[in-house]
Amino acid sequence: MQSTSRPVVQAEKLGKQVLSPAGQLIILQDIDLTIHAGETLAIVGVSGSGKSTLLGLLAGLDIPTSGRVFIDGTNISDLDEDGRARMRNQRVGFVFQSFQLLASLTALENVMLPLELAGAVAPDIEARQRLTEVGLAERLQHYPNQLSGGEQQRVAIARAFAGKPQILFADEPTGNLDQKTAQQIIDLLFSLNSEHGTTLVLVTHNPAIADHCERSLTLAGGKIIAS
Amino acid sequence: MKTFSLAVNALRRDWRSGELRLIAIAVVIAVASFTSVSFFTDRVLQATELQSAELLAADLVLLSGRAIDAGLIERANAAGLISSRTTSFRSIVIVAEKLQMAEVKAIEDGYPVRGHLRISNTLFGEESITTELPAPGTVWVDVRLLQILNIEPGDQINLGASQLTVSKVLTYEPDRGGDLFNIAPRLLMNMIDVPATELILPGSRVQYRLLLGGKLDAIKQFRQMIESNNEDDLKIHSIRDARPELKSALERAEQFLGLAALVSIALAGLAVAMSAQRYAIRHFDNCAIMRCLGAEQSTITNIYFIQLLILSVISSLAGCGIGYIAQHGLSALMSGLTPEALPAPSLLPVATGLLTGMITVLGFAMPQILRLRNVSPLRVLRRDLAPLPLRGITTYIFAVVALALLTPWQSGNIHLTVYMLLGIFVTGLILTGSARLMIHWLNHLRSRVGVAARYGLANIARRKNQSIAQILGIGLGVMVMLLLTLIRTDLLESWSNKLPDGTPNYFLINIQPDEIEMLQAFMQQHAALTTDIYPMIRGRLTAINGKAVNPNVYKDQRAQRLVSREFNLSWARDLQAGNRLVAGNWWSAHETDNTQFSVEQGIAETLGINMHDKLTYSIAGQDITGEVTNLRWVEWDSFNVNFFVIANPGKLEKYPGTYITSFYLAADKKKLLIDLVKRFPSVTVVDIDALLSQVRIIMQQVIKTIEFVFGFTLLAGLIVMFAALQTTHDERIHESALLSALGANRHQILASLIAEFLCLGLVAGVSSAFSATVVALALAEFVFKMDVFINPWVWLIAPLICSLVIVLGGLAGTRKVFNTAPMVALRKI
Repeated sequence: MQSTSRPVVQAEKLGKQVLSPAGQLIILQDIDLTIHAGETLAIVGVSGSGKSTLLGLLAGLDIPTSGRVFIDGTNISDLDEDGRARMRNQRVGFVFQSFQLLASLTALENVMLPLELAGAVAPDIEARQRLTEVGLAERLQHYPNQLSGGEQQRVAIARAFAGKPQILFADEPTGNLDQKTAQQIIDLLFSLNSEHGTTLVLVTHNPAIADHCERSLTLAGGKIIAS
Repeated sequence: MKTFSLAVNALRRDWRSGELRLIAIAVVIAVASFTSVSFFTDRVLQATELQSAELLAADLVLLSGRAIDAGLIERANAAGLISSRTTSFRSIVIVAEKLQMAEVKAIEDGYPVRGHLRISNTLFGEESITTELPAPGTVWVDVRLLQILNIEPGDQINLGASQLTVSKVLTYEPDRGGDLFNIAPRLLMNMIDVPATELILPGSRVQYRLLLGGKLDAIKQFRQMIESNNEDDLKIHSIRDARPELKSALERAEQFLGLAALVSIALAGLAVAMSAQRYAIRHFDNCAIMRCLGAEQSTITNIYFIQLLILSVISSLAGCGIGYIAQHGLSALMSGLTPEALPAPSLLPVATGLLTGMITVLGFAMPQILRLRNVSPLRVLRRDLAPLPLRGITTYIFAVVALALLTPWQSGNIHLTVYMLLGIFVTGLILTGSARLMIHWLNHLRSRVGVAARYGLANIARRKNQSIAQILGIGLGVMVMLLLTLIRTDLLESWSNKLPDGTPNYFLINIQPDEIEMLQAFMQQHAALTTDIYPMIRGRLTAINGKAVNPNVYKDQRAQRLVSREFNLSWARDLQAGNRLVAGNWWSAHETDNTQFSVEQGIAETLGINMHDKLTYSIAGQDITGEVTNLRWVEWDSFNVNFFVIANPGKLEKYPGTYITSFYLAADKKKLLIDLVKRFPSVTVVDIDALLSQVRIIMQQVIKTIEFVFGFTLLAGLIVMFAALQTTHDERIHESALLSALGANRHQILASLIAEFLCLGLVAGVSSAFSATVVALALAEFVFKMDVFINPWVWLIAPLICSLVIVLGGLAGTRKVFNTAPMVALRKI
């Protein structure tokens, strides 16, 4: 199933190579891809297939060695690191497998962070709202190490939706969680996603999670083998 | 063997990745500092003693009650030493109907072996250095003998059965002897004339000396040979017994240097501990995998232990190499000071340096390395499983044991070790306490500042323990640097200021009570400023706590000498300037009922006198007994008039005594002395100008050397700062990458890092300024016993330096974050 709305992420002949002791190592090769606004896309594949690398390139966390990535029509390779940071701040949200919360900040401060970086007027009001949405209204002043894994991922989801991003990138968001919590997190992620009308790009090796998405893309050996 | 090769491979890998570099650099600096100080104490201090040897007239003096054996002289000559004999005895010198006891010294060719004699043709006339001896049939006598006997050069004197002609005035002889005021007037004669005097008979009290000179090594060997032969009646005379003024100066030098070396070792240890902590954390994963693959705990410990051992040996050897090169610099600084070229350094400092390096590494790094054995194999599944952090006590015990093992070699001074350990502990407490307070306060500011600063402040507060450790490391480093730069100058200046221009260079002794007023008026009239006038009474210590004093009971030669001759006693109402009480209380003005004694600390130790002991002195045939009610520390190198034993007022006044004072007289005003002795014939002038300039030269040389050695300590301070910053680099890189992923631009990341580093710098700076002030005051008061002026600039300079170094060093360490894609940095975690 494919959405008919405008494309928000486009990849053209995308490739990534790294230098290893054994010579050039090809991680991704000739990836062509278009993701439309509001679409939910799962990137699946075995370990080492290049899923996370593709996600990083699509999100502008890394730059490709060949090909181009467009976010909302802007070629991210044409931007410098600050330009990409600005783009991420305005348009992109992230959920990572290992939560990636800043241990020095409280739950509230972690969620406020992208809003503050964007120069929002009352970041704490929106941050409280986001945390309430994920069911952590009582945990605002807790530090990450005072929260359970599931709670930490909820904070990460609240942070990802703060600032109302257009696109949400999630890298194995349940990889570090037990089955029950993982299901709760997936339900939360998808319900918030549909509520906010966000485009969701999700990396997983779990077919059940991929099934939640409208479209899925299978990688192997750095290439798309099924779409 | 398998473990060994595993360890070697791991070492090679870790070295390539740069993880062990900081540990290695810290050890190199510690060992270089330690070995150069060892070279100093081994060689240069001995050279300073050689310079002081001018005051002995030789490099080594052997004393005997019997004529020096010709065989001994042959052995000395065979060992490559030059020698010269002197024969000293007391005898009456007669001129017409006047008699005077004089200290006679007969000399032969080659005298003095070190230093020079100085003479003049007339009383207080132009002084000149001479290499000649009194010609046979003539004698040279000092000013005092000329004054007392009222004679002039050219006059005849009778000495025993001989009649000899006074040909010169003896103004300076290098080995005049210990106590400036205890000696009789001097007479120097040619050895050839001694038999004709018929004064040396069986049973006469005669002191024979063999003065020896030569290369340091040869002197050392000969001394060892004499000591090991344990030859009867042969005593070795060392400069430290001879001059309390020099003893003070040399001891201070050793304290300064010992402290510098110890502090650089302690700092290097701190750097090693901090680097080892980071090293251990970075190896948790490796160890978890090894454990998972079946490595036993002991295998893990052995691998890392061997790795550290190899690293410590290699870096210690490198440190020894640098120390060896550095000692050439030291020798250059001391050039012109020593009469002979310094001998090649021995291998001993290399051995001790090696051991120092190993103890520093193992003592400070092992506690962290031992954590690795406790890494759970489950960590391969759950990365949050880290071994328990070290208990503070474990770390301290290792470090304290390491330092305790090192200090005795270094300083040989237990007080210094205790002060240093206490100093580090108290400084640590001050730094920790103030850092904790300031972090707490800064955390409150968090809600009032912008996002970058908030993030920086939050980081400091969240990493509270790490932040405190960093502040502690950086603060200690900066504190030592402050002490070594700003405050060192004050300490050293206040030391050399002890002998400012105008320090008394003459003493007047034998002033009769009825002459005091006239003498003061005379001095005032000629604008010569005297210090206070002190009473002086001669008495012999006859009993301690009612038990008769027997010189033979004392093993120490100085003690034997002290109790077998008369002391100069004095009485005083107030404690003299340059004296400090170390035990007991000073008497009040009305405490005149019982006799009380105040005893100098050093002599009390030498003679085994304790507080509340009852001392009995025989003064002019009468016994007087009093209680020791206080012990004093005396600043001997101030060249003020000082006394070993002082009584309370009202007890000694009735005994016959004289007075003593000191004054400064410029070289061009020497003529005044002639008027003075003509006007006050009974007053004797003692010239200490030569001794004064000797001590001044030694002080200057020692200060230069200290500054050189302090350079290493300064480097150690810098290394600690870098090690402290490095401990959180990995975390910062990761967190900055995360901020970037969330959309923070370069400017925002930079601002948050600067905010964090700046706060750390300010806290460390203020804390270190505070600690430096406290430590400087404590050092001046308790260790060096001198007044110190606290430099107010430290309060400005310390926060500035700390902030600058931490911001620049911190940014340099985290610059990677700006050159790495956030994805790459995030993946590493």
